[in-house]
Amino acid sequence: MKKLLANKVDAYYGDNHVLKDINLEIKENSVTAFIGPSGCGKSTFLRMFNRMNDYIDGFRKEGQIIIDGKEIYKKKVKVEELRQNVGMVFQKPNPFPKSIYENVVYGLKIQGIKDKKVLAEVVEKSLIQAALWEEVKDSLNKSALSLSGGQQQRLCIARTLAVEPSVILMDEPASALDPISTSKIEELIDSLKENYTIVIVTHNMQQAARISDKTAFFYMGELIEYDNTKDLFTHPKNERTENYITGRFG
Amino acid sequence: MRKTKEKIIEALLSFSGLITILTTIGIIWVLASESFSFFREVSLIDFLTDTEWTPLFTQKHYGILPLLSGTFLVTMIAVMVAMPIGLSIAIYLSDYAHRKFRDTVKPMLEVLAAVPTVVYGFFALTVVTPFLQNIIPGLGSFNALSAGIVMGIMIIPMVSSLSEDALRALPKSLREASFGMGATRFQTAFKVAVPAASSGIVVSIILAFARAIGETMIVAIAAGQQPILTMDPRDAVETITAYIVQVSLGDVQHGSLEYKTIFAAGITLFVFTFILNNISFWVKKRYQEKYE
Repeated sequence: MKKLLANKVDAYYGDNHVLKDINLEIKENSVTAFIGPSGCGKSTFLRMFNRMNDYIDGFRKEGQIIIDGKEIYKKKVKVEELRQNVGMVFQKPNPFPKSIYENVVYGLKIQGIKDKKVLAEVVEKSLIQAALWEEVKDSLNKSALSLSGGQQQRLCIARTLAVEPSVILMDEPASALDPISTSKIEELIDSLKENYTIVIVTHNMQQAARISDKTAFFYMGELIEYDNTKDLFTHPKNERTENYITGRFG
Repeated sequence: MRKTKEKIIEALLSFSGLITILTTIGIIWVLASESFSFFREVSLIDFLTDTEWTPLFTQKHYGILPLLSGTFLVTMIAVMVAMPIGLSIAIYLSDYAHRKFRDTVKPMLEVLAAVPTVVYGFFALTVVTPFLQNIIPGLGSFNALSAGIVMGIMIIPMVSSLSEDALRALPKSLREASFGMGATRFQTAFKVAVPAASSGIVVSIILAFARAIGETMIVAIAAGQQPILTMDPRDAVETITAYIVQVSLGDVQHGSLEYKTIFAAGITLFVFTFILNNISFWVKKRYQEKYE
């Protein structure tokens, strides 16, 4: 089923034309990777699905982004509700300087949920889903900043899962982590696929090849090629894709 | 040749550094020695417990409490004015305002800190007090409230500017995390940004506090110079600084006990601002450890 749809999307930072006529469809419960050299617009494009670019001075877009059949840039769309449905995990782990528990319940608390029992259940469930529960279950009141980088990133994923989004956007979620933490995050992404639609931006082509079902290659603000990951990496149709994945530039 | 030149420059630089250190030591020395000779004539217990301060009258009492209560009353009023307003400004500038707006407004706010305090004093006496008299019947021409409010206005830029620095020093990713969870700007500001910057905000308030305690002209002009032990903001009060001004300008004989009272009062003031500065230094140090 079609979950996300970009229809003739253009984006600008001031006079800088950063995304050019992007058309793309993403299926439900799949992992889609966005790859491409730095500055190709892949992060900007990712951030359009939860409107994180709204606060950037001079940002402007044309075209439509449609999630579950609804155009998300319409005036009547509440951006807060959109972001509860479309969660995001960032490049650098960014837990709040609060306890592990407080980090996970943050999203629920801002929605006004106060019932301690409900919150405790969500904390356990989210941390189990994020494969962090066993490591932190006895220290939920410890500061999130005392965790290692990899644990912090899994905490950030748990925090995102706690509000039960249907889409999770990941902006290079493993680029600041060591190889072991990275493989944990990759396993996690694989297990989350069952219930979530995941879009991941990555610089690491092996990572894209390992974890994604489909891959989109961006270059200079254009979507050059979008195909099943297997096909894109073995039989790229476009020469620039081939050059990029074989490491000839980028 | 080159080497001697270097040596001379080095000597000059360290000499300038030495001047400030020597000045500080000199001040502490004078304060300590003069107040030491004061405390040979007045017991420390009387100084700390007597509830009257009348060194210039025939019936002499040397209790610092009325001056302390005056100082703290005015300072508390000032902080109560400056804290909510200064913080609101800081949060607005860091979390709501556009960059261009912030870049024009912040320097303008800092101008408030550049207004000579004597101007603030007359502003309190001739504008704020008459205004307050319309609201509070029977309010005297000199009162702690008016001086405190105006002092609060004076320290607003300290609170807002330093707090805004602390809020803006937070990594961008922290606010993004909150927005990404579906938080509003308001929730992001109050549930994430302010708690995360709390140590910097506390430092700004303590420094504003220290500034208010040491402030002289406003209270000397508008608060009334009457050492009364009171916590009623409608009363006239005298702060430690205002008392020092009063005696320094009067015709008290050099070297007399009355003259030495200003050093005893001065060292009390010094102890308080010293403690406050140290607390803020300590908080700032902990804060740096936390985010590096």
